[in-house]
Amino acid sequence: MAAAVRSQVISLYRMMLTESKKFPSYNYRTYALRRVRDAFRANGALEDPRAVERLVVEGQQTLALIKRQVIPAVVSD
Amino acid sequence: MYRVYFLIKRHELEIDELRPLYMDFQATTPMDPRVLDAMLPYQVNYYGNPHSKTHAFGWESESAMETARRQVADLIGADPREIIFTSGATESNNMAIKGVARFYKTKKRHVITTQTEHKCVLDSCRILASEGFSITYLPVQANGIVDLELLEASIRPDTSLLSVMTINNEIGVKQPMKEIGQICRSKGVFLHTDAAQAVGKIPINVTDMKVDLMSISGHKIYGPKGVGALYVRRRPRVRLEPLQSGGGQERGLRSGTVPTPLAVGLGAACSIAQQEMEYDHQRVSMLANRLVQKITSELPDVIMNGDAEQRYAGCVNLSFAYVEGESLLMALKDVALSSGSACTSASLEPSYVLRAIGTDEDLAHSSIRFGIGRFTTEAEVDYTAEKCITQVSRLREMSPLWEMVQEGIDLKSIKWTQH
Repeated sequence: MAAAVRSQVISLYRMMLTESKKFPSYNYRTYALRRVRDAFRANGALEDPRAVERLVVEGQQTLALIKRQVIPAVVSD
Repeated sequence: MYRVYFLIKRHELEIDELRPLYMDFQATTPMDPRVLDAMLPYQVNYYGNPHSKTHAFGWESESAMETARRQVADLIGADPREIIFTSGATESNNMAIKGVARFYKTKKRHVITTQTEHKCVLDSCRILASEGFSITYLPVQANGIVDLELLEASIRPDTSLLSVMTINNEIGVKQPMKEIGQICRSKGVFLHTDAAQAVGKIPINVTDMKVDLMSISGHKIYGPKGVGALYVRRRPRVRLEPLQSGGGQERGLRSGTVPTPLAVGLGAACSIAQQEMEYDHQRVSMLANRLVQKITSELPDVIMNGDAEQRYAGCVNLSFAYVEGESLLMALKDVALSSGSACTSASLEPSYVLRAIGTDEDLAHSSIRFGIGRFTTEAEVDYTAEKCITQVSRLREMSPLWEMVQEGIDLKSIKWTQH
């Protein structure tokens, strides 16, 4: 994988974990952390740049989702 | 066996009291954050009625509803036109059973179901019986599975419908739906299945299973409460008499405005379940094995109710001999669990499902259902197992019956004297 893409993926991973830690609910928090980690691990060996890009876009959408969902979770706790 | 009155009192949690661990995934499931994310726009900004044909509010709402319909259909291998949104699996079950039986009532007056079905199915059959239909309640074997030969033998020329649930909500047993479907097809009987606990957890295909009607529940698959669906086969066409009359929505079978946010939630839940099925299945099986191994390796005389192989791993129903169920639930009060006995519901009768599989009455009173789901963690499972082991051992120490068993006395041979 090209270095630029690799660092992009790693930074996406870090940001997703950081945001996931903000869920007040134990179950949601642990699920988000675990699922993000397992998804990145499972796709770690992917080489095809188009597949990688598609997953990166999906990851960015999921990151936005986590950010959005932490708000009602915190507010309604 | 002496009866206790209800000791688990309903109460609001104290200020600092921690909420219990949730281990009751068969009762209901928390919504997946991704489902709520899909629903929110339709609760806030896109609030149109999907049946309004004349403006953008209606069009966008309808488009969301149709997307959701397709997501539900894809999960079960159906066509979107075969999915009807309802208020839940209870309504779907009522529609299917009463609707089909009443539609074909001039020629066919017999309906078959099993003794382990959900209350709504059994109650619908009871209503049909009072309308003059004849109902057969098939018994199940000791492992919870129906006897296929008995099933085939009970089909009569005037049978219109057979209803069997795919996965039982109390003991987790999986029925042989393919074989049952084969039998029903060959005899020209419609097959309805309550798949509320099965959809999204095991692969389901309505064509493979030869199922004609299927009930789906939103809040069992990490979706919202208050929505469900009914799959009604179009080829060969299944006709039903609608339960709810009105403006003719949902192909005339279920009138009423379809709640777009809830339907979108159900669709999102189905689509997520399809993506996550393999991952969830592996994880839930691993956690269930962990729980059962831990408990059975430290405690003797623990019986798992229901077949050990033909089951959904996430529903574990264990009976702890020589321990009273309600005392065990009280002792496990920081874990949210359900008892197989109806001590936690209105009557003192043990669960009819456990009775149908032939569980002894005292074992039926000592059974607990552990529900494991997508959000369960290893730590929760370990804590539950340890708590269970400690509390069961403690309760057994206090039990005179246990003392007698340890001394080698056969409890069944005791003659209890009257005072």
